[in-house]
Amino acid sequence: MPSCLIVDDSKVVRMVARRILEDLSFGILEAEDGKSALSSCQEKMPDVILLDWNMPVMNGIDFLRTLRGSKEGEQPIVIFCTTENDMAHIREAISAGANEYIMKPFDRAIIEAKFSQVGVL
Amino acid sequence: MNSQDFQLFGDIVRTRSGLVLTEEKIYLLESRLIPLARRRGLDSLEALAAEVRRTKDERLLMEITEAMTTNETFFFRDTRPFDTFRDVVLPQLLKARAAKKSLRIWTAACSTGQEPYSLAMLLKEEAAKMAGWRVEILATDLSNEVLEKAKAGLYSQFEVQRGLPIQLLMKHFQQVGEMWQIDSSIRAMVKFQPRNLLEDFSSIGQFDVVFCRNVLIYFDQATKSQVLNRVYDILAVDGALFLGGAETVLGICDRFKPVEGQRGVYTSAESGLLAAAG
Repeated sequence: MPSCLIVDDSKVVRMVARRILEDLSFGILEAEDGKSALSSCQEKMPDVILLDWNMPVMNGIDFLRTLRGSKEGEQPIVIFCTTENDMAHIREAISAGANEYIMKPFDRAIIEAKFSQVGVL
Repeated sequence: MNSQDFQLFGDIVRTRSGLVLTEEKIYLLESRLIPLARRRGLDSLEALAAEVRRTKDERLLMEITEAMTTNETFFFRDTRPFDTFRDVVLPQLLKARAAKKSLRIWTAACSTGQEPYSLAMLLKEEAAKMAGWRVEILATDLSNEVLEKAKAGLYSQFEVQRGLPIQLLMKHFQQVGEMWQIDSSIRAMVKFQPRNLLEDFSSIGQFDVVFCRNVLIYFDQATKSQVLNRVYDILAVDGALFLGGAETVLGICDRFKPVEGQRGVYTSAESGLLAAAG
């Protein structure tokens, strides 16, 4: 079963994403900010990371840069999932090493489409 | 809705589009026609039916037909047909048309344009192999309303996230307020025209590839057969027909045969070109 780490400070968003991804047969891990997401990755690198941008303690883009610079940090597929919906943020995310980008709000169809595009579905 | 009104709307839609509405589609009829009725100041479908019977206004009848035949679509729908087009069909056609350097593609029932624009983006990505080629993408639909939206190439955030890889959004779209607009260079690759598949379309000329996906499922057997036979007449003998995942030519039109190993792709029963790909 592939694993997906959902990183979002909103409990509701984590719950909605978890429900969709569990239906798609992912094993789910959760983190509420970039720092705890890094700890989770150090413990066990997930196959996919669904990543919010604006979070306390450590935001999504700083997490991604740190992850990509770390040992085995190139491995996971990272899909941003954020309310930042402008081209500048999208370009910044992709150049920092994100594989895909979801603009909130999302639904099951968008999650399925994006996960399928990056080859994990 | 009473059965006379259901039959009235069903007849209007079937004779103008070929779409067959069965009883279980009543919910669809209600959800699509109530907004139309309200726009005309009518408070129910009974009132809309009465208006139809009273005026027999052809414009109203077309509006009803368009409301029932407009279907949701998305970029690179089902993914695989586009991969097959790029990896199997296009390379063979580039060889076969090397002297002429011309390619014509028709997307029938293009709705709001995502399918032809997906093909246009895909062809642009393949531009290095196609220097000096003249490629025409004709996109048609019954509904003028969807064609206007298609021509504008403006899509909501929701629409650009279903099927469109982020790299292609970055490359080919501009943000316009809350919407995303496909670049004029991609829009210029597609020619949109209103066209009804039930009517003679021989005047559009011959095509190398026809995408007619998720249309036939709405037709009865006789209409499917008529449309497929007319598509056959305008498709090059070594060309390819793409149908939707739930559609087939089998038992409907024996002038086509499936391309082995390529689900949803059909070619002339006489063709040897695409058959070699199987």
